[in-house]
Amino acid sequence: MATHNIKHALFSAIITLIISAPILGLDLESAGTELKLTGASTSTLVSIVLAAIVVFLFQTFRDSIMGALGQMPKLNRFADREPMPQEKRLKLENIFLIVLVAGALLWPFIASRGSVDLATLVLIYVMLALGLNVVVGLAGLLDLGYVAFYAVGAYTFALLSQYFGVSFWVALPTGALIAALFGFLLGFPVLRLRGDYLAIVTLGFGEIIRILLNNWTSLTGGPNGIGGIPDPTLFGMEFGRRVKEEGNISFHDFFGIAYDSTHKIIFLYLIALVLALVTFLIIRRLMKMPVGRSWEALREDEIAARSLGLSRTGVKLSAFTIGAFFAGFAGTVFASKQGFISPESFVFLESAIILAIVVLGGMGSQFGVILAAVAVTVLPELAREFSEYRMLIFGAAMVLMMVWRPQGLMPMRRIHIILKKQE
Amino acid sequence: MQDLLYFIQQLINGLTIGSAYALIAIGYTMVYGIIGMINFAHGEVYMIGAYTALITITGLATLGVAWLPLVLLIALICAVIVASSMGWAVERIAYRPVRGRHRLIPLISAIGMSIFLQNYVHLAQGSRNMGFPLLIEGGFRFGAEDSFQTSISYMQITIFITTLICMTALSLFIARSRTGRACRAVSQDLGMSNLLGIDTNKIIAATFVIGAALAAVAGLLLGMYYGSIDPLFGFIAGLKAFTAAVLGGIGSIPGAMLGGLILGVSESMTSGYLSGEYKDVVSFGLLILILLFKPTGLLGKPEVEKI
Repeated sequence: MATHNIKHALFSAIITLIISAPILGLDLESAGTELKLTGASTSTLVSIVLAAIVVFLFQTFRDSIMGALGQMPKLNRFADREPMPQEKRLKLENIFLIVLVAGALLWPFIASRGSVDLATLVLIYVMLALGLNVVVGLAGLLDLGYVAFYAVGAYTFALLSQYFGVSFWVALPTGALIAALFGFLLGFPVLRLRGDYLAIVTLGFGEIIRILLNNWTSLTGGPNGIGGIPDPTLFGMEFGRRVKEEGNISFHDFFGIAYDSTHKIIFLYLIALVLALVTFLIIRRLMKMPVGRSWEALREDEIAARSLGLSRTGVKLSAFTIGAFFAGFAGTVFASKQGFISPESFVFLESAIILAIVVLGGMGSQFGVILAAVAVTVLPELAREFSEYRMLIFGAAMVLMMVWRPQGLMPMRRIHIILKKQE
Repeated sequence: MQDLLYFIQQLINGLTIGSAYALIAIGYTMVYGIIGMINFAHGEVYMIGAYTALITITGLATLGVAWLPLVLLIALICAVIVASSMGWAVERIAYRPVRGRHRLIPLISAIGMSIFLQNYVHLAQGSRNMGFPLLIEGGFRFGAEDSFQTSISYMQITIFITTLICMTALSLFIARSRTGRACRAVSQDLGMSNLLGIDTNKIIAATFVIGAALAAVAGLLLGMYYGSIDPLFGFIAGLKAFTAAVLGGIGSIPGAMLGGLILGVSESMTSGYLSGEYKDVVSFGLLILILLFKPTGLLGKPEVEKI
């Protein structure tokens, strides 16, 4: 092995020591007004040294390890297969979708109350991710403030119900439309900007919305949030034990069954399921329409698309507005599910998680996004014992995913031709 | 007279914060200028710099070293070493393998790295904020005894002078040294400088290290100025610094300086005359306005769209 390798390995090991020793090895403790410094436990110190040794060994034998990995047989033998014909694919997708929906319909009757509640959350994330998928995956516009539209939807419902007593079914389209309006108003000036600038402007917009919600105490209740958001009703039937609004009757009275608090949770779950399905179908339809085609065209090559007569602002604006619309949708459902919202639910991390779902699933691929939404929401719940390390693992997984499989779990595939290499 | 003194006070506060923002902004602007990506984890590197400084200061106090310049110097050196190593490692682990891919990929990787580092410090040091001792006390005061007095603390002067020294050193380094020349070449055309025998990997790594070192200096200064730090304190500062970099024209070092100062002053004016809660709204609003009317920033070069 070359001396170059050893030198590099030694350097890497020293860097590992430098970045981990002071932060991990020494503990700051505030005792009253004074700060105290204590050494960490022996096991931490040992693991720091071990980490450095592992890095050293890996870097020393890097070439042979990487060589051995390269010779491993391909795990996915279908990776290079040509995509199947459009019609066959569509048929397969439809079957898959029907199975998925049937499974989802059965879910509340076989699963526990907690897992139905979790499934509702998953469906909200599915809606959000499908919406962002239009903006990022299809139109290629990097939106880092997507959570702002989610917040607009949720707060629209909360405020309308608090001040005007509006019910869920009126607030659902209203919230979505107002979120879309925000998207339109923001998009109109900023969509001329290039990709990264757009990312930062949307990030700034997301923060502005959050700060406004946090500080406009007279309207939004500030950090205390808004509570008492009503549950959805089924044709005027309420799901509470007692009827809150006059003229309504309760669900269990109407059907003459005993009151059960799980009814409400199952009902919410079914609403979320229907809405997620509607979102999925609308977006799938849009993808095949001229507007959807022009999103992708503009993403692939802006100059070519414009020279073919596509209006850049118009096309981008439609994607942005539609994305915002579905975020508003999801926001209303979220507000109704929680019954209480505060600005804390709409921080930048939420935007990052939704973006991670879209990228993890494979940008543009709807099934991929659904799969990723399930994975990102459910896996942390399963790993409750590691809850402390949850975000740490989440961050590391994002990096590793980008390094090893940047195209996502189920990338969107188009029929394409690969020129064969000449022998 | 009163009003004028009040105005000057806000101006001084703004310039202090602004020059520290400028130090962080350098890291963003240099990285963006060379590889065209937003280094989201930069704010976290700054936070780690501040933590290392605090750990060093506390450690030295335990050991009984009390001579102030020595304490500050050692804290500064430790913070710079740890933060630059962090900058190097982040580039090596999260950015180099994804360089040259679709522009979303490095960005997501960077966001992941940022979340990872925040939680790394959170787990190692706890999430509560730590009081940062104000080692440099006292200052000058102007104005009549019984009315509003403008004050400049020695801490503010230190921040000014340190920033000035760092910026001068950086400008000289970029303009005169061999590495600096290579940096400029790489930022103009990465592929071409590679052909001409510049080790671009090394230069990119060097950019990250320089940015991280300056961020660590800012971490020590601002940590002491604010008086407390926590694991999330890098995030907003990073956003602000990035705003500053865009404001001045991303890729341009004097632009980062100018952007930082403008941002700092507009923030302190907002807190001084309107309300402290809305200062972030004003700075992001300013960013949106600048991007709308002059997307290349104040000192940035217009970009030619090539076909």
